[in-house]
Amino acid sequence: MAETAVVELEDISRVYGEGEIAVRALDHVDLTIESGEFTAIMGPSGSGKSTAMNVIGCLDSPTSGNYRFCGVEVGTLTRDQRALLRRQYLGFVFQGYNLLPRTSALANVELPLIYKSVPRAERQLAALEALRKVGLEERAHHDPSELSGGQQQRVAIARALVSNPKVVLADEPTGNLDTKTSVEIIEMLQHLNRDEGLTIIMVTHEQDMADYAERLIWMVDGRIERDDRKPRAA
Amino acid sequence: MLWETVRLAIQAIFRNTMRSLLTVLGIVIGVAAVIAMVTVGQGSTAQVTADVEKLGTNVVMVMPGQDVMQGGPGGTAAKMFSIRMNDEVQDQIPDVAISAPISQTRARVIFGNENRRTDVVGTDNRYFEAARWELLRGRFFETGEIQSGRTVCIIGETVRQSLFGNSDPIGETVRVKTLSCEIVGLLKSKGASTFGSDQDDFVILPLKTYHRRIAGNTEVLAFYISVRDGASVEDTMEEITLLMRDLRRIGRGEEDDFEVLDMKQFATMLSGITGILTGLLSAVAAVSLLVGGIGIMNIMLVSVTERTREIGIRLAIGAQARQVLLQFLVEAVILSLIGGLIGIGLGLGFAILGAKWLSIPFTPDFSVILLAFGFSALVGVIFGYFPARRAARLDPIEALRHE
Repeated sequence: MAETAVVELEDISRVYGEGEIAVRALDHVDLTIESGEFTAIMGPSGSGKSTAMNVIGCLDSPTSGNYRFCGVEVGTLTRDQRALLRRQYLGFVFQGYNLLPRTSALANVELPLIYKSVPRAERQLAALEALRKVGLEERAHHDPSELSGGQQQRVAIARALVSNPKVVLADEPTGNLDTKTSVEIIEMLQHLNRDEGLTIIMVTHEQDMADYAERLIWMVDGRIERDDRKPRAA
Repeated sequence: MLWETVRLAIQAIFRNTMRSLLTVLGIVIGVAAVIAMVTVGQGSTAQVTADVEKLGTNVVMVMPGQDVMQGGPGGTAAKMFSIRMNDEVQDQIPDVAISAPISQTRARVIFGNENRRTDVVGTDNRYFEAARWELLRGRFFETGEIQSGRTVCIIGETVRQSLFGNSDPIGETVRVKTLSCEIVGLLKSKGASTFGSDQDDFVILPLKTYHRRIAGNTEVLAFYISVRDGASVEDTMEEITLLMRDLRRIGRGEEDDFEVLDMKQFATMLSGITGILTGLLSAVAAVSLLVGGIGIMNIMLVSVTERTREIGIRLAIGAQARQVLLQFLVEAVILSLIGGLIGIGLGLGFAILGAKWLSIPFTPDFSVILLAFGFSALVGVIFGYFPARRAARLDPIEALRHE
C-alpha cells in the first residue's frame, strides 16, 4: 500500500483565551498520519487530545501552524468550506453515539448523504449497505431508543461509513459501553481498518482499547510525548 | 435539497404534534378571525345589495330637509310638502312612473282587548304599486274611498297577528286614535327590511282620511317615487330636484330645503358601515396574528435550544450554516402555514355558521383566503428567521457537548 499522508500537522498550537488566562491546549504539535493507519491517541484529561481531534476533524481551527488534510490547507478555509471537507472526507463516531432521537436507524445513517444531495433511492441503498456492514440491516427501521448501546454505536459507525470517508475519527467510541460490547465495537473498527483500508484515528483512555490500534500517540500538556508504531500482526 | 428540507421539517413538526399544535394556536385564531370577519362582512354587504335590488333600485324618496329632524323647540321646522307638489312631480317628469304622497305618525290601534302602537300611514293606491305591496286578503282602496276620505284601512301582517291572532281581520273595525275604521285589506308580509325594521308593522288609511281625522292638516311627509324602467335614476333625481326647487320657490344660490334619496345611497351608506366594522375587527385579528408569530418565535427558540445537540451532529457531519438556517426557517414557515390552513378552515366554518345565523349569503373570497395563507407564510419567515439564525451560528463543538 502506497503510504500517503492524510493528516499533516505542522507546528500546530491551539490557544483558548488571551493574555494571562490563556490556555495552550495544543503546544507546537507536529504529527503526520498516513492513509490506512489505525491510530489511538491517549493521555490524561486536559492533555489536549480532544482539541487535537477537533482540529484534525476540521471542527476547530488552530491558532497557529499549518494543517493539511488530504493535501488541502485547512487553516485558510471558511467555516462552510470546512463543512464541505467534513462532508466529503470525514466520518465521526462519538462517545455518546449522537444519533438523532425519534429518527430511524436508516434515516440516521442517510443523514450525511442528504447534505451531499444524493438522491433518495440511492441514499437508502447506501445506508442499508452501511448498516449491513455493521450487522444491523434488520434494525434499519428501529429508533435509537429501541436499540442497545452497542447497537446505537454500530449505527453511528454505519453513519460515519456511509459517505465513504478518507478518515474516521472516533472520540472515545467505547466510553459508554461495557467490556464485552466495547470489544465488539473495537474489533469492528479494527476489521474496517484491516479489510477495507479505512484510516481511523481514535481517542481513548482505555489501554486495552488502544492496544487494538497499530500506532499509539501519548499526549501530555498539549504535546506529543510518545509516538509508538507496532508492526502489523500477521 | 429544498424538498428534502421540507420533508425533514414536516417530520420534526409531527415528532411533537401536541406542542406544534399549541404553537400554531395563535396563528390559527388570527387567521380564523380574519377569514370569518371578512367573509361575514362581505356576505352582509352582498345581502344589503340584494335587499336594495329587491326594493327596486328605481325607488327614489323625496323628503323635507334635515331641519325637520332637528325641528324641536328653537329649531326651524322645514316646510312640509303638499299633495299638489306630488302630483306636479308625477305629471311633469316623464321618467317618474309613480309618485305616491305619504304622511305618517305613530299611534295606538285598538281592537277589542288588544292594542298595538304602530305606524299609521296616509297615502293612496299609488304607494302599493310603487313599493310593490301585494294583497294577502281583501282589496286595495276604491277611488271613491280615496276621494271622499272614507274610514277604511289596510293593515300589515304584524298588526294582524298582534290584534287578531288567527281570526280573519277583513270587515272588522279597529280604532285608530279616536277614529273607527273598517279593515278592507291585508298586505302580504315583506319581513324585516335591510335596516332591520319590521316593514309589516303599519296601518294604512286613505290620505284624505288621514289628513282630516288623524293629522288635522294637509301636509305630506314624503314622496315615494318609482322611476320608469330603463330611465336613468340619477337624471330623474336631478329633474326632481330642479322641479322641487321651482315648486318651493328656492332662489338661485340657496340651499335645497328637501332631500332626494335613492336606495343606492342607503346601500352605499350601509356598506360603508359594514366595511368600517370589518376593517376594525380585521385589525384586531391582525394583532392576534402578530401575537401568534411571537408564539412561533418563542417555541422555535426553545426548539433550537432543545435540539442544540442535533444541530451539532448535523454541523459535524457536514451541514453548512445556511442549510441549518434553511431547515429551521422552513420548519417555522411550515408550522405557520399549517396554522394558516387550520385557521382558514375554521374561519370558513365560522363564516358558514355566522351566515346561517344572520341569514346572509355565504360568500367566501378566494383572494382573502390566499392573502391569509401568504400572510401566515410571512409570519413564519419573519419570526422563524431569528431562531434559525441562532441555530445556524452554533459552534459544532459546543453544540455537541450540550446536554
